[in-house]
Amino acid sequence: MDQNYRLSDIGLINRDKKLSFKFNDKTYYGYEGDTLASALIANGVHLIGRSFKYHRPRGFFGAGVDEPYAIVQLYRNGETEPNIKATEQELFEGLEATSVNCWPSVNFDIGAINNFFKIFLPAGFYYKTFMWPKSFWYKVYEPFIRKAAGLGVASTKHDKERYEHKYEYCDLLIAGSGPSGLASAYAAAKNGARVILAEDKARFGGTLLTSEVNIGNQSGKEWAEGIIAELKEMPNVTIKNRSQVFGYYDHNMLVMSERISDHLPKTRKFHPKQRLWYIRAKEVIISSGSIERPIVFGNNDTPGVMLSSAAKEYLKVYGVLVGRSPLIFTNNDSGYETAIEFKKNGVDPIILDTRKDPQSEIVDEAKNLGINIKFSYVVVAAQGYKKVKSADIAKISDDKEQLGVVENIKCDCICVSGFWTPTIHLASQSGNKTKFNEDIDAFVPEASKQNETTLGAANGSYTLDETLKSSFETGHELSKKITNNNNKISFPNVVEKKSTTHDKFWCVPLPEGKNYKRFLDFQNDVAVSDVEIALKEGYRSIEHVKRYTTLGMATDQGKTSNLNGLQLVSNIENKVVPNVGHTTFRPPYTPVSIGAIVGREVGKHSKPTRKSPMHSWHEKNNAVFVDAGVWLRPRYYKQGNENLFEGSKREAKNVRTNVGVCDVTTLGKIDIKGPDAAELLNRVYTNAWLKLPVGKARYGVMLREDGIVMDDGTTTRISENHYHMTTTTAQAANVLSHLEYYLQLVWPELSVNVVSTTEQWAGAAIAGPKSRDLLQKLFSNSDVSNEGLPFMGYMEGDLFGVKARIFRISFSGELAYEVNVESDNGNFMWEKIIEVGQEFKIQPYGTEALSTLRIEMGHVAGSELDGRTIPYDNSLEGLLSKKKDFIGKRSLTREAFTAEDRQKVVGVVPLDKKTSIPEGSHLVKDSNAPLPNPKLGYISASCWSVEHDNPFSLAILKDGKNMIGEKLFAMSPLKNKVIPVEIVSSHYVDPKGERVRS
Amino acid sequence: MLYIKCPHCGMRSQNEFSYGGDATVKRPDLNKEVSDQDWDNFVYNRKSLRGKHLELWQHLSGCRQWIKVERDTATHEIFRTLKANEDNS
Repeated sequence: MDQNYRLSDIGLINRDKKLSFKFNDKTYYGYEGDTLASALIANGVHLIGRSFKYHRPRGFFGAGVDEPYAIVQLYRNGETEPNIKATEQELFEGLEATSVNCWPSVNFDIGAINNFFKIFLPAGFYYKTFMWPKSFWYKVYEPFIRKAAGLGVASTKHDKERYEHKYEYCDLLIAGSGPSGLASAYAAAKNGARVILAEDKARFGGTLLTSEVNIGNQSGKEWAEGIIAELKEMPNVTIKNRSQVFGYYDHNMLVMSERISDHLPKTRKFHPKQRLWYIRAKEVIISSGSIERPIVFGNNDTPGVMLSSAAKEYLKVYGVLVGRSPLIFTNNDSGYETAIEFKKNGVDPIILDTRKDPQSEIVDEAKNLGINIKFSYVVVAAQGYKKVKSADIAKISDDKEQLGVVENIKCDCICVSGFWTPTIHLASQSGNKTKFNEDIDAFVPEASKQNETTLGAANGSYTLDETLKSSFETGHELSKKITNNNNKISFPNVVEKKSTTHDKFWCVPLPEGKNYKRFLDFQNDVAVSDVEIALKEGYRSIEHVKRYTTLGMATDQGKTSNLNGLQLVSNIENKVVPNVGHTTFRPPYTPVSIGAIVGREVGKHSKPTRKSPMHSWHEKNNAVFVDAGVWLRPRYYKQGNENLFEGSKREAKNVRTNVGVCDVTTLGKIDIKGPDAAELLNRVYTNAWLKLPVGKARYGVMLREDGIVMDDGTTTRISENHYHMTTTTAQAANVLSHLEYYLQLVWPELSVNVVSTTEQWAGAAIAGPKSRDLLQKLFSNSDVSNEGLPFMGYMEGDLFGVKARIFRISFSGELAYEVNVESDNGNFMWEKIIEVGQEFKIQPYGTEALSTLRIEMGHVAGSELDGRTIPYDNSLEGLLSKKKDFIGKRSLTREAFTAEDRQKVVGVVPLDKKTSIPEGSHLVKDSNAPLPNPKLGYISASCWSVEHDNPFSLAILKDGKNMIGEKLFAMSPLKNKVIPVEIVSSHYVDPKGERVRS
Repeated sequence: MLYIKCPHCGMRSQNEFSYGGDATVKRPDLNKEVSDQDWDNFVYNRKSLRGKHLELWQHLSGCRQWIKVERDTATHEIFRTLKANEDNS
């Protein structure tokens, strides 16, 4: 039973390498170079799945990307992938695949009951049915539909494969390696252009692999191989097989997915599975060819009915017969080419031609070979359930309306050719309009929108001679434009058989008394009758018809069905096809895996990770890290079995009683230089800056033009025209852009330069009552006394031979300093501080203790400066200069911003002094009020006050100014908590600010 | 993805830039009386044009310069790019 349908002496497969594979748990054999489809057909397997709606048996319809039926679940190297087209999946040793859409099995499918009730499943049935009773939807209907319908199953496991992205630039990108692609690539490459040639399939050459033509005294296939071999050797050419250019975006950016490992049993070490190419091309040639379209007739979805070009490809590329008694049903000469190939390989086909008396070289050849040809004949219906067994055929009248007597003839496959549809997806995605070409009954691209040219069959040109000539010329012309070279190569001599015109016939009428389903869309089970219903119900726009009937949707996006659908709509509407128009072609042309789209940006690679120079010290000292934007910062330093709460409390307490050190490298730092630096600060910050002396720091707040607080921080005057600005960690990049915006666009007359120095400086905050004692030991040559270095003072110092900047600033409310050294010395600084600090009981503290310290002293930070608050809300109104203008000042006079009961930051303490208040809780007057309970404010930050040893929170509260002493409730429905609270001052510790000045 | 010619660096992909809004908006001078209406127009009110639009972009991952780009908002065609200090007309 092994590969009964395989011929012995034809095809491009490697018969020396036999491969075993499993389909639905049964083992089969194929050869290297097969697709899963060709290997199954070689073994006589034609039943591959069930259809989406009616669960009718499904076989193979095409041999490539257009395949609507043969979708499988693939198993490879312990992973599974849904919705793989068997016609695209190359065979490898050990491949396993199963059918989709069938339950419990492909041979016995419960969903097929739908087939007998199909009267209940017309167009739009999802919208009409299952509407009532309402409660049935999620209990009965949905689970049943989900089980019975749907395509494959996505893996729930983490994808271990690697996917990559690549950016590439070229002169000429050529999509498709058929005759036009090869000819234009060759001409352009020989003229010095940088060329990328992409081919979707494993083999280059397109139709040259299957057509009987002669180019330059070679067969088409030999000529293609010669060109490819030559292109491969050229340094200015990149050729990629298994690579689909699937999207055409703005400014000649195209995206291509390269399947690097999908044809292998497993991905090789250090190789990706797939690679996504972002290609910016100066010029693009679309040589994507054309797809044969079917003729519509009764039961035309029966396994064994397939495109005639696919039958030819299986025969010539894979050496596989799709049947032993084929019936060819055609309205043009292409069907004859398939018939001739059958005949040459010892199989007797019968041709049914809808045309009355076609005259051409190809028809003559078929006649001379003695092939049985019936003119003016059609297939009325295919017979057979899981495979074609026979066909009902009949003569058709010249006006194509009347059928003659229906006869039944035996056959095991029906190869259909309804002429060719150009693949215009990329051209259309580029922005081109399309035009309807009456000669070929299909749309072709109109004038180019971007720098792209469509050639060959994709442009509706179906003769080889013409295609090659225009392709050589275009390749030459486009490359000449780019390279200025004029290296012309001569045309080869082309011999091909002449064909004659096709018959504009696409749908066989129903015979009297029969009601066969005639399918337009095979993947979605859309029949002629469904479109008729949609139109009867008033759907007119083709986009609406598509969505209502699902015609042209799903994984094949109607590659074989769209045009026949348009023909039908235009017939019923009595319009011509161009007036019906077509649905929009959107990327991707073929499905792209999510993995390829995401690329390497998964897990920890989904964003960069920034670490301070002291990171390794933190690691060694049991720091528990937290993400702060892209930075990793110590949250607390774990001692023993401490949890976050205990650890941070210990650290904060040590700052209040002894001294602590915190890594503040992540703070944004901007170096500002120039004679107008003070003027810039004066405009950017809300307070006055013109009189800040050298060696002094000042706290500042900056607003957006709409009056909302943008950021805060300290800026220090290092020397006459040199300032050092700090920003919050989160806003560092935005503040720099903000300054650049005003300097470059609004006030270019200011002579100032700004540059980010965040990475250049490592920072350590030393805070606590003993911090001065520690500092004096660290900088024994400097006078750091309260007089020598007063609050908000700045000096440079010598830290055991390392130059350091010392700022007396405080975020914790304690006597505190910040020491900066060049990043390379960061670790040295840190270790010295820890070493010298031992006698003062120094402990490092993390972001959690940092927060605790700032919250209990009422210092606003990111959770209050959240892009919704103005200075007043944060009790920063004292920093608003009345004497000068600044960014955002004018907005502060807005009515809402000056309202008497405007929100303001307050402190919140639970009445029981025990229950921590969840951040985000709402403050309400009455906890039992009916919903929606009027919200007075919200908790912005919570901590455990180490000073008072009870919970303390900050809140933004309506009329906060007059609410001190009020009793309210903090409600958190999320945490299911209602906490009675008292409103207090936001300055819970040292309200007069004496410690920082001590 | 757009392909934008930075007047300082040359052709670069859109992902090096960040968008900065309408380039024809002029900030009222400092220390000047501005009516509520004028201030609202400056801060909030923007036209949503279909067609030619002069807009600001910053070459964030490049030279960090703010530039002006004349672009068709419907087709994405870019007609010209200007340095911050170049005249729009």
